[in-house]
Amino acid sequence: MDILQLIVSGLANGCVYGLIALGFVLIYKATEAVNFAQGDFMMLGAFITLGFTNADHMDLPFWLSVILAIGIMGILGYLLDMIVLRRMFGQSQVAVVILTIALGFVIRFIAGLIWGHEPQSLESPLSGLELRFGGLVLGMDEVWVIIVTVALTALLYVFFARTKLGIGMQASSQNQLAAYYMGIPVKRIHSMIWALSGVVAAIAGILFASKGSIDPTAGLLGIKAFAAAVIGGFGSLPGALLGGIIVGLVEPFAARYMPAGYSQIFPYLILVVMLVVRPHGILSQIQTKKV
Amino acid sequence: MTNEHNQPLLKIDNLESYYGPIMAIRGVSLEVNEGQIVTVLGANGAGKTTLLKTISGVMDPEKGTVALSGEFIQGLAPDKVVQKGIVHVPEGREIFPILTVEDNLKMGAYTRSDKAGVAADMELVYDYFPILKERRSQEAGTLSGGQQQMLAIGRGLMAKPRIMLLDEPSLGLSPLLVKEIFSIIRRLNREQNVTMMLVEQNAKVALDVAHYGYVMELGRIVMSGEAAKLRESKDIQEFYLGAQQDTQRGQRRWKQRKTWR
Ligand SMILES: Nc1ncnc2c1ncn2[C@@H]1O[C@H](COP(=O)(O)OP(=O)(O)OP(=O)(O)O)[C@@H](O)[C@H]1O
Ligand SMILES: [Mg+2]
Repeated sequence: MDILQLIVSGLANGCVYGLIALGFVLIYKATEAVNFAQGDFMMLGAFITLGFTNADHMDLPFWLSVILAIGIMGILGYLLDMIVLRRMFGQSQVAVVILTIALGFVIRFIAGLIWGHEPQSLESPLSGLELRFGGLVLGMDEVWVIIVTVALTALLYVFFARTKLGIGMQASSQNQLAAYYMGIPVKRIHSMIWALSGVVAAIAGILFASKGSIDPTAGLLGIKAFAAAVIGGFGSLPGALLGGIIVGLVEPFAARYMPAGYSQIFPYLILVVMLVVRPHGILSQIQTKKV
Repeated sequence: MTNEHNQPLLKIDNLESYYGPIMAIRGVSLEVNEGQIVTVLGANGAGKTTLLKTISGVMDPEKGTVALSGEFIQGLAPDKVVQKGIVHVPEGREIFPILTVEDNLKMGAYTRSDKAGVAADMELVYDYFPILKERRSQEAGTLSGGQQQMLAIGRGLMAKPRIMLLDEPSLGLSPLLVKEIFSIIRRLNREQNVTMMLVEQNAKVALDVAHYGYVMELGRIVMSGEAAKLRESKDIQEFYLGAQQDTQRGQRRWKQRKTWR
């Protein structure tokens, strides 16, 4: 029973890592850059929701706040690409990476200014509820995280495999030049991918903040999600989720059975082993990419 | 072979394009009439690909004009150019390697919203290239070179273009496959009335299907004429058609001579 609870809470954490990792991979596949502010996007999405709905802030209805926050993060992602990154087109990806690192600092600073540096938790209708099966007690918030992640994954799968826009996104990341030749609006598609990664980050943030507390430095767990993305094979969306879940599952067990302080190392330990044994990650796609 | 207004479908005037400081095409003018296949011949580095890129909007010209049925389109973004009715089938296929064959074809129709028309054109492409129908759920990167070329042409057709720009469809294919692909190109032109601008190094096959031809050298048009006339021309025979029984070697010799210049 104990083990089951560990598994569920590990899975829930892993889902959040996985969703952030998904954001990394989305951006990487489309633009070959790594968005190191992805974790901070997650934190920002959480704080925007919290700012709308918590009683000591604006006290709006929870679901309205969720929709607003997701919309705002999507628009922010879109504008970031359209206004800033598109101008850097043609410069080396290192410049973009450095820009996102700086952006992370800015987001942390602004979040601290607006919402303060104290940990706060998101007041969601789910927090505190429990699910009981015989002797097994599961937090509703954790179960919910898993359900939402599964649903979002299914939705994204259908989007990328079936819709014209989704296939167009894949096409422009596989062969950007050919996408231009076919009249696919590659630049607009890039912006939409940034929007999508903003949306996914917001959802991850809402899930994260509804099962614990959040403060402006919470985005730093993006590093763990980055490790998860690498473990899963940096070019693969299912791999990112899988990597996140592996990291999430390993953590609570390491914390339980290892001397204190060692558990934090585990995600990175897996990362190192992974890079040595299977450098392309678990679910890598072998492809030659042309830009 | 002109349309009712006596206006060419595609008219290029004095076009110049640069890669940084390098001037790759130097004042090219040419015309393509509706329903025709017009070929542009030239050795490596002559500027053929650059010319097509400039027409399709992937590169912007420094000078000159591109007119489609009299409307100037130079400098437009590539997606706008496709919407106007020009599709570019690039050199070296450039398919989407880990999309299925069918999804590759769908991407050719990205700028279109007439679902029924797109479905009909998909059937048309499968009619002309039955192998693509057979392989439609296979990843395109696993197709053979010849099949990928067919896919690239089929994907271009899916845009329902008014004119198709074909960049060296014979590149890297066996003589037998070249023959097969060019007979399909000819059929598409005759049966579907697809207008084409065909860039080639393989002058023999190109002049066999084309109505009219231009020869490009170092970024300039140096010769032009009816395809039948060009076939007879001494220079073309010497440089491109070489010793008839040994085309490949003749071509290689020609390239070497040009690069030494
Ligand atoms: N990306 C580029 N940057 C700089 N110069 C280029 C670039 N692409 C082509 N060039 C130059 O422009 C000139 C024309 O090249 P282009 O590719 O148009 O020739 P081509 O006629 O298509 O040759 P091929 O038959 O080998 O495909 C060449 O001198 C080439 O070196
Ligand atoms: Mg070329």
